[in-house]
Amino acid sequence: MNCECSRQHSDLSLLEPVFAEYADVKGSLITILQHAQEIYGYLPSDVIYCIAERTGETPARVFGVATFYTQFRFQPVGKYLIMLCDGTACHVNGSARIAAAVQEYLHVENGGTTEDGLFSFSIVACLGCCSLSPVMMINDSTYGSLTPELVLEILKDIQAKEAAE
Amino acid sequence: MSRRIAVGQGSCGIAAGAHKVASALLPLLAGKDITLSTVGCIGMCWLEPIVDLYEDDRLLARLVKVQPQHTAAIAEAVITGDLSGVADLMITPEDNAFLTQQTRIALRNCGIIDPESIESAKQAGAYSAIGRILSAENGMTPEDVIECIKVSGLAGRGGAGFPTWFKWNAARQAAGDEKYLICNADEGDPGAFMDRAVIESDPHTLIEGMLIGAYAIGAQEAIVYVRAEYPLAIKRLEQAIFEAREAGYIGKNIMGSDFSCEFRIKAGAGAFVCGEETALIESLQGQRGMPRLKPPFPAQSGYWNKPSNINNVETFANVAWIITNGGEAFAAMGTEDSKGTKVFALTGKIRRGGLVEIPMGMTLRQVIFDIGGGIRDGGTFKAVQMGGPSGGCIPASLLDTVIDYKKLAATGAIMGSGGMVVMDDSTCMVSMAKFFLDFTAKESCGKCVHCRIGTKRLQEILTRIVEGEGQDGDIELMEELCNAVRDGALCGLGQTAPNPVLSTLRYFRAEFEAHIREKRCPSHTCTALLHYAIDPEKCRGCTACARNCPVYAISGAVREAHEIAPEACIHCGKCMTVCKFGAVTVQ
Ligand SMILES: Cc1cc2nc3c(=O)[nH]c(=O)nc-3n(C[C@H](O)[C@H](O)[C@H](O)COP(=O)(O)O)c2cc1C
Ligand code: FES
Repeated sequence: MNCECSRQHSDLSLLEPVFAEYADVKGSLITILQHAQEIYGYLPSDVIYCIAERTGETPARVFGVATFYTQFRFQPVGKYLIMLCDGTACHVNGSARIAAAVQEYLHVENGGTTEDGLFSFSIVACLGCCSLSPVMMINDSTYGSLTPELVLEILKDIQAKEAAE
Repeated sequence: MSRRIAVGQGSCGIAAGAHKVASALLPLLAGKDITLSTVGCIGMCWLEPIVDLYEDDRLLARLVKVQPQHTAAIAEAVITGDLSGVADLMITPEDNAFLTQQTRIALRNCGIIDPESIESAKQAGAYSAIGRILSAENGMTPEDVIECIKVSGLAGRGGAGFPTWFKWNAARQAAGDEKYLICNADEGDPGAFMDRAVIESDPHTLIEGMLIGAYAIGAQEAIVYVRAEYPLAIKRLEQAIFEAREAGYIGKNIMGSDFSCEFRIKAGAGAFVCGEETALIESLQGQRGMPRLKPPFPAQSGYWNKPSNINNVETFANVAWIITNGGEAFAAMGTEDSKGTKVFALTGKIRRGGLVEIPMGMTLRQVIFDIGGGIRDGGTFKAVQMGGPSGGCIPASLLDTVIDYKKLAATGAIMGSGGMVVMDDSTCMVSMAKFFLDFTAKESCGKCVHCRIGTKRLQEILTRIVEGEGQDGDIELMEELCNAVRDGALCGLGQTAPNPVLSTLRYFRAEFEAHIREKRCPSHTCTALLHYAIDPEKCRGCTACARNCPVYAISGAVREAHEIAPEACIHCGKCMTVCKFGAVTVQ
């Protein structure tokens, strides 16, 4: 069965295995949204409507749950998602300087994506590596003891790697 | 005799490069009779990556700050048994004192066993406590277990410090057959990472503690709610649950008894308020994480309105030890009303940052100075923040306070879940208060007015103070608001949100006054309040500052003293960093 909500054109068939596992398990809405975000990189609105239909919820409630949690995104993100920690330990150890360096170098705001679509930048609270503060994660890699110089080096490395490909 | 190399690979070790070290070691050991194993985090984070060399079970050497280029020497040393080639990497006695001054119960296996192997955990005693409880001859009834926990004096390590036996007993007594046991691994307090370390380094201890809890209250299902930011913890816990199920510790008729219990992990989705137990239950049910009004308490009506018991990771990590060693052994440590040990995540401007587990009753000074080595980079201690957004700052004059639920609460801070962020004289306390209110205002779920609007107004007042727009009467206004929010909020988030403001006002009032009255930030942190000037005596007229000023606020001829136009200056401090003659001053 396919959903009728095709205002956008996400490939909704990718959700079928997720529905097969969770659609009938009560209380699984957040899990379904997490899987959907893994598939599409964010939550396109047609996907949200589709989830509503298949779980028997109203779209308003699905949007309500999705917008409550910071993990869920409603816009596509860049290939590299930079999550810079501004938790207490990182804050005390100068995360603001790191944020300024990233923003100045990439010309992105908190929550934004660079024009080339390579980087998204988001300031978060505590990645749990506080003793290496200030800390950031880029996709699944964690970088600690950052300085403005080090962070630029890391970003330039990624850019060079991408340019070579 | 067999030798073994163990590489510490918790999240922080990996961030410091432990993976690279392990993969560089692997080919060097090919064909040699030496095992390379993964261990979790020993808690000495400032020394990562850490590599331990063992002969059988004896630690031969602990090597610190290891980089891939050191691996050839390490392989050589472990193969030949001659350690002279790695002498430079060995931990110093001074750094080692960080560990020897601790008493480890919750962290007893962290950094020692392989978290990805149930065999390694069992060798360290995992599942022997549940085995004893379930044994047919001299087993323990659920009531015996609860009594043992009562004798131990164990109190919840998630923040509130409520007696664990009491909650277990209430859930046991509650009517109904369908009951749930939930572990709170949401660890939202920024600056705290004890729970992550336990799950990443010793997941079977958590599972065993939860099994004992489930047996005590009569639950058939156990759920771990882990925050989404901890992917490695989730991965290792999944693996551990899988292995424990294979080995017959999870599922039907555990260890041949008639006790059955299923396990499940639920990943959080990023919301601080979901650490609050009733909000966590809502989130588990797939809803927005909005707290419920208590009573009824979860013990009566929790997950799907069934009796449920929620405990923190560290609380569960103590349970198997207590069953094995007896409640009295645990109660023998600590103070009159706080028993056992507590784990702290020591971070901030500290020389030795990491995980510290100490018996209750030690002083803050002992933890920060004797174990943590005091302030790094030559700074002076100013305050320690405990309890995160629900806690407060404790000043230098109270460093001799002992670690005990009541004594800490008397200072205006709380024991909290274990975050201990140390601050030096470069930290502005007003901007710290603002930092926490920014956090709570953002994380308030919006259900109750006092929290939603009260934290927002507090945040606005603090923002105007750090921006130099503070007004007379702001302090009194904040105090009034703080009382209203504390008394009117629905859940712990709002009720404790004023603490960071009240405690900084209590100990650092003069700093608030300097910001408001003199438009001055004594620790030179609040940019809007900084006044840069060029000392004409020292200025050589090199023009570096004028060329680097982003807003062209500096003027002056070559080889003549320069000047900053105060109305154009944006206080960015660039001139100060580029001046080679120390001519730029800030006030
Ligand atoms: C806003 C808020 C956040 C909380 N966050 C956590 C948390 O991250 N981890 C935790 O174990 N308890 C947290 N708690 C406390 C829980 O509500 C609950 O008291 C605790 O999990 C009970 O376990 P314990 O008795 O073992 O401490 C939080 C409470 C509040 C009000
Ligand atoms: S405060 Fe930044 S990782 Fe915890």
